[in-house]
Amino acid sequence: MIGPVIGVLFDGFAYGMLLFLLSVGLSVTLGMMNFVNLAHCAFAMLGGYVTVTLMNRFGWPFLATLPFAFLVAALVSIAFERILYRRLYRASDLDQVLLTIGLAFVSVAVAAYVYGTIQQPVQMPSYLRGSVTILGVGFGIYRLFLVAVALAITLLLVAALEYTRFGAQVRAAVDNQRMARGLGINVDGAFAFTFALGSGLAGLGGALAIEIVGLDPSFAFTYLIYVLIVVSVGGLGSIAGSFAAATLIGISDVAGKYYVPELGAFLIYLVMVVLLMWRPAGLFGRR
Amino acid sequence: MMSVTAASPHAYLERQARWTWIEAAFWAATLLPFWLTPNYLVLASQIAITALFALSLDLILGYAGIVSLGHAAFFGLGAYTAGLAAKHGWGEPITGLMLGALAAGIVGYAASFIVSRFRHLALIMITLGMGLLLHEAANSASWLTGGADGLQGVKMWPIFNKFRFDLWGYTAYTYSLIVLFLVFLVARRIIHSPFGLSLRGIRENALRMPAIGASSRAHLRKIYTISAVMAGIAGALLAQTTETVSLEALGFQRSADVLVILILGGAGRLYGGLVGAIIFMVARDQFSGNTPQFWYFWIGALLVAVVMFLPNGILGGIAKLASTWPGSFWRGKS
Repeated sequence: MIGPVIGVLFDGFAYGMLLFLLSVGLSVTLGMMNFVNLAHCAFAMLGGYVTVTLMNRFGWPFLATLPFAFLVAALVSIAFERILYRRLYRASDLDQVLLTIGLAFVSVAVAAYVYGTIQQPVQMPSYLRGSVTILGVGFGIYRLFLVAVALAITLLLVAALEYTRFGAQVRAAVDNQRMARGLGINVDGAFAFTFALGSGLAGLGGALAIEIVGLDPSFAFTYLIYVLIVVSVGGLGSIAGSFAAATLIGISDVAGKYYVPELGAFLIYLVMVVLLMWRPAGLFGRR
Repeated sequence: MMSVTAASPHAYLERQARWTWIEAAFWAATLLPFWLTPNYLVLASQIAITALFALSLDLILGYAGIVSLGHAAFFGLGAYTAGLAAKHGWGEPITGLMLGALAAGIVGYAASFIVSRFRHLALIMITLGMGLLLHEAANSASWLTGGADGLQGVKMWPIFNKFRFDLWGYTAYTYSLIVLFLVFLVARRIIHSPFGLSLRGIRENALRMPAIGASSRAHLRKIYTISAVMAGIAGALLAQTTETVSLEALGFQRSADVLVILILGGAGRLYGGLVGAIIFMVARDQFSGNTPQFWYFWIGALLVAVVMFLPNGILGGIAKLASTWPGSFWRGKS
């Protein structure tokens, strides 16, 4: 009786960790600049396609492709940031939404043109396949790996944000951008770096997501919705908030699909709307 | 922006409300498809319906500044209500239209209490979430809506028991165009009223309006409900003229498309949605073919270009060009 429940909780948690990787960058950049970046998942999709290309075309091992998924997504995102995004920091929400939705449309079309609309097949290495049984409950090894990676990154991020000089600058910029500028902090530079880091993490998330949810050109929009849910429920600019929200959304989505499949994604949207109506700034948001 | 003397707000509104010959020419031109392109009347009726939908979004987005990513919810509600009424034995078009409008209006009124409380990201997320919620609900309730297969078996009666919906879209276009024109008159009247003026005030400065005594939330609720009713009428029109409703009527794609259409034409200028709908629908008919993904490449690129170079849409660009000419006939942004 208790076995399936733990299994569902674990799968939900692993899924939540994936959502956390995909969304944490957007949360921090939104908190800093209030820039609504709906193309965030396009960078995640890019990371996924980098991994697919390196593995299937060049025969790289899966683990070796992950840093490249991170790097390529980060570099491409910083190019976009310098060319397009930074012109719109002072523009209205609507302009930002339109620009980034436009970029997401373009990314979907380009992915469909280059790779076709089919799901990309990826063969995981043998040491990440199968499952281990602990106390009669099976845990997928890949999901354990995913959870380990996500937890390690969370610790790294929190440590970097709490204990480094750069982290302090980022926190200051999230708290009060004008004040931070007044103190001589290079907010634009800090933002560009955070933006690249966040997009890189999304790229890593996209690469790790292939095994769990697959990869096709619609990824940029399908998971954008989940990422936005996590960000808005968790509150802007908060790593702890994103973590909590991703866990909550991941578990309620998996549990909902397992126990009441006829409701589909209904449950998760309901959770979001109700939570936002109760706390418009998110669970951990301060504004 | 025209200079407004403080003494004469009424004179300003009256001047704004006056019909220009360009507007008359525009509406006269909508009759041309009957003679010039009689084979494309079905497309023309779809354009009229899309234009009506874009007009409804313009009221909240262009005039009141409510960014909505889920406006298709009301379009779909109107479509399903009218479609279901016709499927279950009441195929009278005019009352069906009213039923669609009523359903969308009731839900819109309820939603307006939520929507008027939020701004920025929370607002975008809430409208998106409500749209997705409704889409999932319609998907799940396949016993009622037909689910992913769409609503089949919609049978419409002739309009006034006289004009049958024909295969060539003759009746459909006439009907859609008349409804579009009537709703447009209402929207035009609203925009050029003191209420419309205060909406623009809320758009420009949401904090100042309550400070000078305007009840901004009540205004936002009112215009949101009106906009929902109009979107419902557009949806009902689509259900009646195509005699089917697909799940796509509620989808995120439709919400995004109508946003693109409005921005392309120019938000906050009444004709923006209409011009955008004509360009968007004709281009899609000509270019999309059997590869819709590549169509979205151009839409995306166009969006980026409009935001970067043409912030007020096509009509805004034209108005800017025209205003540099002496003796300009085109008014600045209202």
